[in-house]
Amino acid sequence: MFDDLRDLYQEVILDHGKNPRNFRRPDAFTAEAVGNNPMCGDALVVYLSVDDNATITDVSFQGQGCAISVASASMMTELLKGCPVDRADEIYQAFHNICTGEGTPEDILAEFDEEIAERLHMLSGVREFPMRVKCATLAWHTMDAAVRGEQEISTE
Amino acid sequence: MSTVTAIAGDNSALAFDVERIRQDFPILKQQVYGKPLVYLDSGASAQKPQAVIDAMTAGMDTYYANVHRGVHAMSQRSTEAYEEARTKIASFLNARSTNEIVFTRNATEGINLVANSYGRTFLQAGDEIIISHMEHHANIVPWQLLRDNLGIVLRVVPVDDDGNLDMAAYADMLGPKTKLVGMTHVSNSLGTIVAIKDVIRMAHDAGAVVLVDGCQAVPHTAVDVQDLDADFYVFAPHKLYGPTGVGVLYGKEDILNDMPPWQGGGDMIMSVSFDKTTYQKAPLRFEAGTPPIVEAIGLGAAIDYVSAIGMENIAAHEEGLLHYATDRLSRIEGLRIIGQAQEKAAIVSFVLDCAHPHDIGTIVDRGGVAIRTGHHCAQPVMDRYGVAATARASFGLYNTRDEVDVLADAIDAVREMFA
Repeated sequence: MFDDLRDLYQEVILDHGKNPRNFRRPDAFTAEAVGNNPMCGDALVVYLSVDDNATITDVSFQGQGCAISVASASMMTELLKGCPVDRADEIYQAFHNICTGEGTPEDILAEFDEEIAERLHMLSGVREFPMRVKCATLAWHTMDAAVRGEQEISTE
Repeated sequence: MSTVTAIAGDNSALAFDVERIRQDFPILKQQVYGKPLVYLDSGASAQKPQAVIDAMTAGMDTYYANVHRGVHAMSQRSTEAYEEARTKIASFLNARSTNEIVFTRNATEGINLVANSYGRTFLQAGDEIIISHMEHHANIVPWQLLRDNLGIVLRVVPVDDDGNLDMAAYADMLGPKTKLVGMTHVSNSLGTIVAIKDVIRMAHDAGAVVLVDGCQAVPHTAVDVQDLDADFYVFAPHKLYGPTGVGVLYGKEDILNDMPPWQGGGDMIMSVSFDKTTYQKAPLRFEAGTPPIVEAIGLGAAIDYVSAIGMENIAAHEEGLLHYATDRLSRIEGLRIIGQAQEKAAIVSFVLDCAHPHDIGTIVDRGGVAIRTGHHCAQPVMDRYGVAATARASFGLYNTRDEVDVLADAIDAVREMFA
């Protein structure tokens, strides 16, 4: 019925939305932050474990939200596990630029390896849905806040 | 003051012709993603008939100037048009006098005005304010600010699983400490029509004044503030097919004149010196600075428009839509309607078992259907029913059963994708 919606709601995204990965509160973590989207009331918590070498050894989340925000959070946890904090920040910036239309996804993703580029590209459909960008970026902003030691952020 | 009523009376015999009414709203000719616009978000803000657009344009084209200032012809004509709008509102709400109609910037400002002016003057530590669990944030937060400032107590009347106000609990809450009741007339998130006349009578018996949030009531039903005996009644003109930027606060004249100004500035004073300033009586006392002149004129035109159709005819049309939509949507598998009170306005909030309201909103939008998704500025209601958000279809006088069918088909598309 609405073909262009398939750019946003790809099968992989629907799957992550329904069956989010790393959807848990771990027993131990080094940082956490709460992310709120006041427009829709969605809220999620991101838990990070960062070791002495500034590498993210574990990342997980809990909360509720739409398919886009849950899928984005789920895919983010898969991408960032084992990632140095600096690299995580680069991925975060790249994803943010993709969502807000700062350059083409192809240009932005050129420097990343195939797996990361493919995942971020899947989420890039949200560019065409400006009202939904905040859904896609909520978990990422929250992760960034946790890294920086902030405890709560809002996407407004 | 009686002109509007007379027009409405003369026209009440006309059959309600929704197709003719739709012709009055230019925006309804728009297409969205190549599909006809199906606008089911009038509860957030209603569309504007040509008559309103024309009245505002004519005001600016032909006689615009600031009001209550200057002896020149344009100022005089603007002032007359602005005050004529006030007269129309007074008649529309059946106020005793135009002095009871205060123009604000929006309905929220009207509530804040009462909280700050009346609240800070007549309430003190230990006093109680009662609100309901289904208030819009606009009728919660101003009272919380007052509570935190004065040390008063805020009490909340529960709602049952269907969204009916718990009148027994309300009766129990009322007492000698109750000084003010802030209550919605119609819930924006559940559609519940509150038995507001009973709420007011019971509050008065306890010696409390009542502020009614009428934002969702005024567009859907005739409101008579004298019959209700409301002390304060606010509504949002932009939900009544009028413009944004103007709000209306009705207040009983003697109460308003006992209240101090809230904001200071031009137009609200009798005289100013550095030693002492004296204030106008209501309503000008509460209209500091240049008011929303063009917007008030637009609101006057909106009132003429709905009055000519007849509020009782609009209410009947919307009730038909409500029943049709409730029946049609209830038959969709996995759809749950939030808010099934005995008395409801044409607002249908719902959730799907397979999709989040935000995803529903995005998908039906591609079918041309505009609905509201989210917490509707009523987060306590969402908490009460255990949902983070709902999708909400809210109907206006221009909506049709065919549009309900388009919505239902679009929801089927959501289910296809997510189920």
